[in-house]
Amino acid sequence: MASRGQEIADKLTKVGESVLKDIDDGKNPSVDITMRTLSNVYFDEKTGLIRLGDEKQKRYYFNLGQAKKFLQTMLIAKQIKILLEQNKPALSIRQLFYTLKHEIPGAGENTFDIQEESDPIIEDVELMTDSLREELNLIATPNGVLAGPMVVEDKTGDVLDFTRMGSAGGAVPPIVEDDFFHIKEMSADYILVVEKYAVWNLLNQEKYWKKNNCLLLTGKGQPARAERRLLARFGAEYKIPIYVFTDMDPWGYYIYSVYKSGSINLAFFSEKAACPRAKYLGLSVKDVRDFDIPKSSWVKLNDEDYKRMEEIAGYPWFKKEKWQNELADLKKFGYKIEQDALVSKSIEFTANNYLPTKIENKDWFD
Amino acid sequence: MTSAKTSDNAPIAVELAKKQKAISVAEFFEKNRHMLGFDSLPRCLITCVKEAVDNALDACEESSILPDIYIRVRKVDDRILNIVIEDNGPGVQRDVLPRVFGKLLYGSRFHAIRQSRGQQGIGISAAVLYAQLTSGKPARITSRIDPKLPAYFYELKIDTETNEPRIITEKFDDFFTSRGTRIELNMEATYVRGRQSVLEYLRNTAIVNPHARITFIDPYEEKTVFERACDVLPKQPVEIKPHPHGIELGTLIKMLQSTDSLKLGSFLSNSFAKIGGHTMESICKEANLDPNMAPQDLAKDTEGVRRIMAAFQKIKIQAPPKDCLSPITGDLLKKGVTQNHRVDFISTVSRPVNVCRGNPFLVEAVIAYGGDIDTEGRAEIYRIANRVPLMYQQGACAITHAIERINWKNYSLEQPKGAKAPLGPIMIMVHLASTNVPFTSESKDAVADIPEIEDEIELAVREAARDLGRYLSEQKKALDARKKIKMFESYTKELSLALEALTGKDHDRIESQFRDVLARKYSKFIDTSEEPAKDIVPVKDGE
Repeated sequence: MASRGQEIADKLTKVGESVLKDIDDGKNPSVDITMRTLSNVYFDEKTGLIRLGDEKQKRYYFNLGQAKKFLQTMLIAKQIKILLEQNKPALSIRQLFYTLKHEIPGAGENTFDIQEESDPIIEDVELMTDSLREELNLIATPNGVLAGPMVVEDKTGDVLDFTRMGSAGGAVPPIVEDDFFHIKEMSADYILVVEKYAVWNLLNQEKYWKKNNCLLLTGKGQPARAERRLLARFGAEYKIPIYVFTDMDPWGYYIYSVYKSGSINLAFFSEKAACPRAKYLGLSVKDVRDFDIPKSSWVKLNDEDYKRMEEIAGYPWFKKEKWQNELADLKKFGYKIEQDALVSKSIEFTANNYLPTKIENKDWFD
Repeated sequence: MTSAKTSDNAPIAVELAKKQKAISVAEFFEKNRHMLGFDSLPRCLITCVKEAVDNALDACEESSILPDIYIRVRKVDDRILNIVIEDNGPGVQRDVLPRVFGKLLYGSRFHAIRQSRGQQGIGISAAVLYAQLTSGKPARITSRIDPKLPAYFYELKIDTETNEPRIITEKFDDFFTSRGTRIELNMEATYVRGRQSVLEYLRNTAIVNPHARITFIDPYEEKTVFERACDVLPKQPVEIKPHPHGIELGTLIKMLQSTDSLKLGSFLSNSFAKIGGHTMESICKEANLDPNMAPQDLAKDTEGVRRIMAAFQKIKIQAPPKDCLSPITGDLLKKGVTQNHRVDFISTVSRPVNVCRGNPFLVEAVIAYGGDIDTEGRAEIYRIANRVPLMYQQGACAITHAIERINWKNYSLEQPKGAKAPLGPIMIMVHLASTNVPFTSESKDAVADIPEIEDEIELAVREAARDLGRYLSEQKKALDARKKIKMFESYTKELSLALEALTGKDHDRIESQFRDVLARKYSKFIDTSEEPAKDIVPVKDGE
């Protein structure tokens, strides 16, 4: 077992021991749970990261509302410890759920009924042990693919050349830590993150990354932990520009902010899974006139869009003037535009015209 | 009547008078048998047993004897049953015996104002008459009033023309050794089982007469003994004079005619309860009558009698005395019920004596729950009047109506929408004691709907229901707590195993420690129904 794994296993043992100490002292056994609510999340302007505060809540055993969650917490803690000590292959969080799901004898109920019960407790345990899920030997299924001038040695020993991944691209593995995903060579001039796979695929077919010597990455919409962690590594390890290209709507803007600053729910993960250097390339309201995007590809903003815009405008990490203006412009404009819609100009428009022009003119903001 | 007949110069009344004659008791019985409780064949048997048992219980209590009653029913043929009822009562004196059993409307309790089972002196002789009419056989009666005196045996019939006993056989019975009375009848009747059966009647009689021992042998030779639940006779109800508020015109006239008092004033004071000198004067003044007049003179003056009746209502008269009633009392009701039923819970209520139309009455209620009471369907209602179970016409009875007025959901019981009684293993028994129970008919099946009585019944049942409600909600709480404790025990087993995997400590030891701390310090939160603390819920932020 890796020493980091041992360290985490020891922390889990301590959690168990503190529970036993409570019971020795005749106290109501409890564990400290860091609150992952909006009220305990703050934006650290200095680092540009969404961070988690110190607010904690006790989870008690002798409490009708909390007893089951307490039991579930201990079950997950012990299972992770067993997984770490036995050096088993990494499990998905769904598989972990299944290893623990069983009927509690005599209680007429299951330890867990649905995965939605175990997932948040895994996050609790991550916080308890100050570790990442990836370090707990747990994986969430990633969606991401990438292509570009990079060579990686996988944990299996296979060497992957990301210039030779064909039209499908190379998959982002669940764990992208250095011992799983060792980057041997990297010669890209910049990294371009694309929100949607369809757009990424078109760019890949046109060998955009070859023509522009860049790394092309997509998280297929809202990125999973692996894509975010990988972009964070790129940002920290290579001093090359990083651009994010999304739909022109509040959902696209927010995806950008997750890559750049992190998310509320995984605020504790931001340090390792956010890339504050990332810049917003587009689509922006200004692009509509600059590139003369035809009205036929505009879509009216709906109530939900407006609601989400209001929310986003209130987030501290969207308080920069540029973003407040962008949100105000979008509201005034009244339409959203998808990345895909640029093909209405021409199939090659995105690769040959839009992206090179934006990058050449340094037409981005953050 | 045609005009041709009137032309005979004889007044019509003379013609009519020729047709007037005494109606024979047989005819009277045939016309009124339904009113006397002899309608269906199963019911004839119950009525016969009931009349004999009522008499036996009344006689024993009057003589301070703990009743021991034996009933045997046998099949003679497909139509006829042979019924024997034997008691250890005081016996019937030889010279009156033929009339007690062989003459309708002959009894000792008709004019007495106090709580008793039989009243009109019609019951047992009606049974004798019914037996004789349907089987042709005489009643066989043996009685012994003192162990030192011989027992005498009669075979007798009722002369249906004259309503007088006709003795067929009369002899000493050397085999009847103990004191008491035995009657044997052959009659057309049917033996059935179930809710409206002799057995059920006797069971309920035993419950409300816990001082009686009742033995029953059915036609299949099956013996059931309802043992005594107590060895103490109920307090003998005191006989009282009639209260002016309860008197009827005809009765008053009869009393005026037959009184020994020479003056109206002394008649009023001596014959009625709660009329003293002052009240008497006020009544006479109000009625504009001379207290010194002869009562017999007033009897002829219907107007005067009416005035005095009106004065009875107008002048304030004290309520009748209350010691003329004999409640079963809560303790004995409890004993009576639990002697005959296994129950999980029982509550009894004895209401104070109340007065309605000059008649004192009191209500007692029992609610029993669980045990061997049928769990399916509606609550069982048992109606008792002066310690006699009422078996028929439940739906027409004030007791039923009062129970149906109650919203049982208020007492933690299930009551489907529109249902009149609660669901579940519940037994509701109501005893109404009165010097004059107002029945809806002569067959004494159902209590009439008199608001004062219904209200008292409702109050009594509600009081008992409150106890049941408390019991049920405590039960529910205890059940919930047990469930929670069981849940925690299961959780703790699971938790101990997890903690063993985490810390390497033995799970059995961990488990016993948890159990110990839970039992010592934290069991309280399981009992209290306080809102459990909410666990934190992480936000979802569009991921």
